[in-house]
Amino acid sequence: MLVGVSFLTFLLAAAAPGSFVDELRLDPRISPETIDAMRVRYGANDTVPGQYVRWLQSIARGEFGFSVVYNRPVGPLLWPRVRNTLILTVPAMLLSWLIALPLGTWSAGRKGSWLDRVSAGATTTLLGIPELLLGLGLLLVAVRTGYFPTGGMTSLNFEDLGAWQKVRDVMVHLVLPVTALTLVNLPVLVRHVRASVVDVVRARFIQAARASGVPERRLLFRHALRTAANPLISLFGLSLAGLLSASLVIETIMSWPGLGPLLLDAVGARDLHVVAAAVTCSTVLLIAGNLVADGLLYLADPRIRPERA
Amino acid sequence: MQSRLPDRHYTLPLAALVVVYLAAIFAGFLAPYDPSTQSRDLAFVPPTAVRWVDRSGAIHLRPFVYDGERPYPIRFLVRGAPYRIGRLFSSERHLFGVDAPAVLFLLGTDGFGRDQFSRLLYGARISLFAGPLGALLSVAFGIVLGGAAGFFGGWIDTIIMRAGELFLAVPWFYLLFAVRMALPLRIEPQEAFLMILSIVAVVGWARPARLIRGMVLSGKMRDYVTAARALGASNVQLLWRHVLPQVSGIALTQAALLAPQYILAEATLSFFGLGVGEPVPSWGNMLAVLQRYDVLSSYWWMFLPAGALLGVFLLYYLLADALHERVAALPG
Repeated sequence: MLVGVSFLTFLLAAAAPGSFVDELRLDPRISPETIDAMRVRYGANDTVPGQYVRWLQSIARGEFGFSVVYNRPVGPLLWPRVRNTLILTVPAMLLSWLIALPLGTWSAGRKGSWLDRVSAGATTTLLGIPELLLGLGLLLVAVRTGYFPTGGMTSLNFEDLGAWQKVRDVMVHLVLPVTALTLVNLPVLVRHVRASVVDVVRARFIQAARASGVPERRLLFRHALRTAANPLISLFGLSLAGLLSASLVIETIMSWPGLGPLLLDAVGARDLHVVAAAVTCSTVLLIAGNLVADGLLYLADPRIRPERA
Repeated sequence: MQSRLPDRHYTLPLAALVVVYLAAIFAGFLAPYDPSTQSRDLAFVPPTAVRWVDRSGAIHLRPFVYDGERPYPIRFLVRGAPYRIGRLFSSERHLFGVDAPAVLFLLGTDGFGRDQFSRLLYGARISLFAGPLGALLSVAFGIVLGGAAGFFGGWIDTIIMRAGELFLAVPWFYLLFAVRMALPLRIEPQEAFLMILSIVAVVGWARPARLIRGMVLSGKMRDYVTAARALGASNVQLLWRHVLPQVSGIALTQAALLAPQYILAEATLSFFGLGVGEPVPSWGNMLAVLQRYDVLSSYWWMFLPAGALLGVFLLYYLLADALHERVAALPG
């Protein structure tokens, strides 16, 4: 699977007309001989499968290819970017689940109440707002109020700060992008939580529990939510895909140094290995998320565990 | 839910969309200015106030605008910059405008002093057509590939569906930019339009293909299909006459769902400078100036393309919702 994706992206990237050296060719200070030497060094004269195999070899060495723009292996460029993307997406994921679970469950329990109607209206509105506009809107709020920094991950004087202040600085910069990502993710989650809890609440055993005097709140959060957990855990993996996509846009708008800006710059500069590595990396994140979801499902539901002989 | 009239539901968003699209087609006539005419000394001018009452308190019969102290009435069917609608029809008449020294910027100007209102209309041509055409194209791919996979089964099915999984495994925007990488960096706006069409079609074929494969799988088992086969219908006949008609509702709903997503794809690509380039306006590249801090904070009318995008999105979602209900309500 992963091999397939990596090959696909590599193929797309390699099919690109024009390469990095074309830009250099326009520069009269660089002689044609130098350019030819560069082409040989970067293996640009090889066939596409040959280049791909070389790229795979460099992945095995942990280098992920060679960036012609930064003139260094891609690996060391990639890791801090992946870390930064995770710093954004993991809190956004947790936050949106923490809000979506109680909100969805409550509105399922009080179907048709004002809370249900308000949350339905809000989620529908949010669903219609694309992440690009959401990001711009939040930036506008930041600029108008001046409470939050408008971009980047750290302040200018970051290096001079103490360890604790550094953490605080990054946290302040996190507020806007995480809010944006949470708002992108939230409506989908709330809707699904509500739908699956509504399904369960109709079940006979819930009615039985209600009849035997189990308080409503306990009924919802203990009995109903637990039973509804399975599809929700699978949803975790699915929602990750949307979150990663949104993260690309939000990161770029808010100049957060994650995978997104790296990919965009690389596309602009025709930096083949960086593009292939960034896209493959995002897929790895996605698949890892799905693995986590499967693991959780395994823990949560004894029915799917294989029978031990 | 059954008591609702499904037909009513989609006439309203559909009618509104038709109006928006007509406005885009007749952009040349409706827009008072050419979208790429610059007036450098009029950068970031706020929207021109259209008045009926002048400073002395007198009411005018025609709306007018001030240029300094002098009022200029707004004229209709005025002569202005030449334009074309499609390839057939060219003219110099614009629906409205004002005489030369005065200016009529209904929605202000951008950093080069170009009229936002005209650019919004012209931009709609690209932004609004790339999305739905791309959606139709990828649903068409989906029908062909998904139909073939479901109908023939076996190794054809395996290959097509495995390939589809590859496309589904990559986060959507990452895939979009990866496909963008395969195409040249600097291209003409007309080519860019075609390029965006092909990008979104390539990126998006897998989801409709999956759905349609499922439909075809169950569809080809129907008794009447078996009967037709027994009567000697060829594969092509079977697919075309008997199986695909079952799929059309789903395909239409998919297209309506994909269209806004693709409109957004165009806007995002152009926003990041990888789609339709200047001087041709598109809603995405009009929003791109908002990446500048001073523009973001000071010139609210530069946000208007965002509002236009939101409105069109809403209409498409309403339409998709209504279509979905209608398809679900159909028997079978």
